Amino acid sequence: MLPLVLSYLPTQGYVPPTIDDAHLPDMIPWMAEYGTGFGKQMLMIILSVILIWALFGIAMRKPSLVPGRLQWIAESGYAFVRNGIGRDILGEKHFRQWVPLLFATFFFVLFNNLFGAIPILQLPSFSHAGAAYAIAIIMYIIWIGVGLRHHGIKYFKLAVVPEGVPSWILPLLVPLEIISNFIVRPLTHSLRLMATMLAGHMIVMLAGSGAEYLITQTDSILNAGLGIGVIIGSVALYFLELLIMVLQAFVFTLLTALYIQGAIAAQAEPIMDKPMPVAA
Amino acid sequence: MINSMTIMAAAAEQEQANPLIPNIWEIVVTSVGFLVLLFIVIKFVVPAMEKSYVERRDAIEGGLERAQAAQAEAAQLKNNYEQLLQEARTEASQIREQARTEAAQIVAEARQNASAEASRISEQASVQIAAERQQAVTALRTEVGTLATSLASKIVGEALEDDARSQRVVDRFLADLEKEQASTTSAGATE
Repeated sequence: MLPLVLSYLPTQGYVPPTIDDAHLPDMIPWMAEYGTGFGKQMLMIILSVILIWALFGIAMRKPSLVPGRLQWIAESGYAFVRNGIGRDILGEKHFRQWVPLLFATFFFVLFNNLFGAIPILQLPSFSHAGAAYAIAIIMYIIWIGVGLRHHGIKYFKLAVVPEGVPSWILPLLVPLEIISNFIVRPLTHSLRLMATMLAGHMIVMLAGSGAEYLITQTDSILNAGLGIGVIIGSVALYFLELLIMVLQAFVFTLLTALYIQGAIAAQAEPIMDKPMPVAA
Repeated sequence: MINSMTIMAAAAEQEQANPLIPNIWEIVVTSVGFLVLLFIVIKFVVPAMEKSYVERRDAIEGGLERAQAAQAEAAQLKNNYEQLLQEARTEASQIREQARTEAAQIVAEARQNASAEASRISEQASVQIAAERQQAVTALRTEVGTLATSLASKIVGEALEDDARSQRVVDRFLADLEKEQASTTSAGATE
């Protein structure tokens, strides 16, 4: 490998794509510098809203008792979020009012993630930190609001002071709980999504540019063969990415439900072992 | 090694965008986009879904109820039919039994009538035969007596004009004749 690399280094050299390449120049004004106007990522966000609206609007336009194919798909997706995430996490008593939020979250994240796997669109919106921060902040505000509505200002105490813990350990535990619940939680909530999407996006870019360079910019047949190998390998990565895109949408929604459930229950999870409540 | 060092050097030359630093406008657009979607979902999607779910459940439950009612009705009808059928069968067998009895009675009556008629006819015939025979015997007796008397008077002359005497002779003759005849018939009967 090394001699091959050396053979073209002095003349051209391979410049790998960087994070910057994940941020295309803005569209309005056309090809302006990054951060001044309307970019592709924003277009993707708007597109996702329109697509979700269109899909579910068309599917449920003429709902029939015996669903057609599209209606069945839409209802299955809805039932998955409603029962699989909402009811299982939040419980029969509370889940109903949170179904719209969970549903919107799941499909918003899912569609924006899947954009990364569609040619031409080819940009998972949440690979840009801003989008991930935005949606995580919304969830952060919502679950703190839920806690305050259910428990009043006492919620903050309930959330950070675990029950059944010896009092001498509290000075150590309370700061940890504050950091973990109110500072680290929204960060991990957003960065988990953003990092997985960005990494997937970078892999696609790297495979694409690397294969292009190997095939078109070098004279060696061997390099061209390697380039084709890279393309074949990237197909496997593509499917891995698809899996991660769906999985991260699920994880993000699941965590949202868990945070809301935690705010309703308002019991800081004790670090020490405690008998698990018997599931109904 | 040289390769990776070169890449790192090239990367260091460029000023890298920190992927953790957000673009404010993207935050705004994403937030607004999500809130718009949430509004649409709350307003249109979830009500439509829940409505469809409730309608389907009602339809299925209503269908089940209707099916149960229909089944109960069918069971009752079947019961009724079976009862009717049972009654009809009983009645039919009764009718058959009655018909058989009647037929037997009719046959017996007919047989009795026939035999009565036959005996009546045969009795009548025998009476008639006896009467005719009596008549014939009487007629014969008179005629034979007259013939024999006239014959005898022709043979022995007018001497035998005395009626009483001739009558006695004739009677004796006939009694002998009858006796003879009876012995021959009894002999014929024993034969």
